[in-house]
Amino acid sequence: MPVQVRGELLGTRRVGSYHVLTITAPGVPEAARPGHFVALAVGGDNSAMLLRRAFSIHGVTLRGVYGGTVDIAVGVAGPGTQWLANLHRHDPIDVVGPLGRPFALPKQPVSALLVGGGYGAAPLFMLAEELRTRGCRVDVVLGAATEDRLFNVLDAKRMASTLTITTDDGSTGTRGRVTDVLPEIMSRTNTDVVYACGPMPMLAAVTELARSHGAHVQTAVEESMACGIGVCMTCVLPVIGDDGVTRMLRSCVDGPVFRGDRIRWDDLDTIPADCYGAPGSKA
Amino acid sequence: MTRAVISYGPIPVEQLGHDVDMTAELGGTWLPNPVLTASGCAASGRELDTFFDITKIGALVTKSIMLAPRSGRPTPRMAETPSGMLNSIGLQGPGIDGFIEHDLAWLRERGVRTVVSIAGSNADEYTKLAQKLRNVPEIVAIEVNISCPNVENKGLIFARDPASAAAVITNVRRNTPSDIPVIAKLSPDVTDIVEIARACVRAGADGLALINTLLGLVIDTTTMRPQLAGITGGLSGPAIRPVAVRCVWEVHQALPEVPILGMGGIRNGVDALQFILAGASAVSVGTATFNDPAAPARVLSELRHELALRGFERLTDAVGHAHRGADVEPEPELGAEHHSGPVPRWP
Repeated sequence: MPVQVRGELLGTRRVGSYHVLTITAPGVPEAARPGHFVALAVGGDNSAMLLRRAFSIHGVTLRGVYGGTVDIAVGVAGPGTQWLANLHRHDPIDVVGPLGRPFALPKQPVSALLVGGGYGAAPLFMLAEELRTRGCRVDVVLGAATEDRLFNVLDAKRMASTLTITTDDGSTGTRGRVTDVLPEIMSRTNTDVVYACGPMPMLAAVTELARSHGAHVQTAVEESMACGIGVCMTCVLPVIGDDGVTRMLRSCVDGPVFRGDRIRWDDLDTIPADCYGAPGSKA
Repeated sequence: MTRAVISYGPIPVEQLGHDVDMTAELGGTWLPNPVLTASGCAASGRELDTFFDITKIGALVTKSIMLAPRSGRPTPRMAETPSGMLNSIGLQGPGIDGFIEHDLAWLRERGVRTVVSIAGSNADEYTKLAQKLRNVPEIVAIEVNISCPNVENKGLIFARDPASAAAVITNVRRNTPSDIPVIAKLSPDVTDIVEIARACVRAGADGLALINTLLGLVIDTTTMRPQLAGITGGLSGPAIRPVAVRCVWEVHQALPEVPILGMGGIRNGVDALQFILAGASAVSVGTATFNDPAAPARVLSELRHELALRGFERLTDAVGHAHRGADVEPEPELGAEHHSGPVPRWP
């Protein structure tokens, strides 16, 4: 169950071009699982920015001098994320979390490939730890436009059996997209399951490759949200259910993790004609 | 020697010597307090119940429900705007049958006072919706959403035309048990909101919900196209509060006996108080819930405090207070058993 707590910033550190915020949030780290996210209010109590910003949980500590903390990765993209990046130690932050459905974890010690685009890679670190305690093989691919947009290469190197880096401009690692290196890694490591997090076009392409390899694929989507708790119906996308029916599901409560093969990637930002409740449909 | 301590902070209600009777009347129904959710900002209650006890607020107003299941509009559906947001959800929902079977059943079991908001594409659909709800027990009121800007006809065909508005309200009133108030939700996007309000009241509305969102548009300057897939959307949040307070003021002035459920940008108790003073008998907290999921409960306790600070013993005494000039109502003796005027509190 998510909680709303007044947390406090304990510290901010730079990771590439991102800011990693460590926030006290009693009740949140205890319940957090890999893939969960938090929704933060920005701009203070009388902020003109009403909508919460959603961040996947990068890491947690359960105890310490200040109690449990959560780490989130912030990429400055506008006034809200700028406000977060500028916060000082001990400034209050209103936190709601943990939210969403986390990654599904294998019961067997399978071979897992984790693919992260930009700071979308943030939740994969908790996931890697969890998979390793289950005896899984963990390989990681991180991709970004440029070297400074890669997220936390150091930690990735430490926790992965192999780490592969791609950048669009070739400033480090292989020049190209994560999808360029995926087929070779999947055959070499006999990937059973792919976990991916990043921009939607990347998730669509990774899903396609994973399916053709015969691997399960779990994707954590990035849809813009207004509330993060399931009431506003802003963050919907077309997802095929167990019954074969497509519904517009909320990525905040039904996701953000979905089976990649259940998302209708080609129909994002549309209401498919055969979707439940679509105009003119019989449903 | 002890020295006098002067506190400049808010005075706790306990120290004011009296509590406030928050009982609110809404179209013949009495609620224990005047703070409700707003339709579309609370879904069907379940999600918010995690953050505060939804049985403790005045009532929960459900997301406007239509006859058939509905997928809503394509994304993007939302744009943040200064002190507000633009939304174009398009009334996504399960349809009335699924809603009664699952959502209303849960709300009843949970013991939540529930106002059901309904929306139709034409007058006949509103009739059918009212008929479907006729035998559902324990509904506090029906809110008739004739002003959703995100459906094909922009909903405004009803809310902008007195005759169309009246036709819908007549149908719903006729098909709703007499002990359940019918509340018409109006759009501020009209030339004269009083004219529409009057038409709805004549058609049998027991109360009015003021206001729905204002129609707005945001251009994404990167793509150089409208930011919302639906092009236009409904503007809500504190940005629209003065418009909402003005609408409540005008309608209360013209129709002082008609209960008003006031809403539009209420974020805290002082905001809610503005609506009450302007003539609202109760208020809905909407977009603020996206910022603070516990907002309805917080606004309730803050409103209680603000009323106490100003010496009100009953919420009902404050309703429309801003319309009453000092010359009309003689200032009561301070310390009298009941007084409705402001009380100086700070040194």
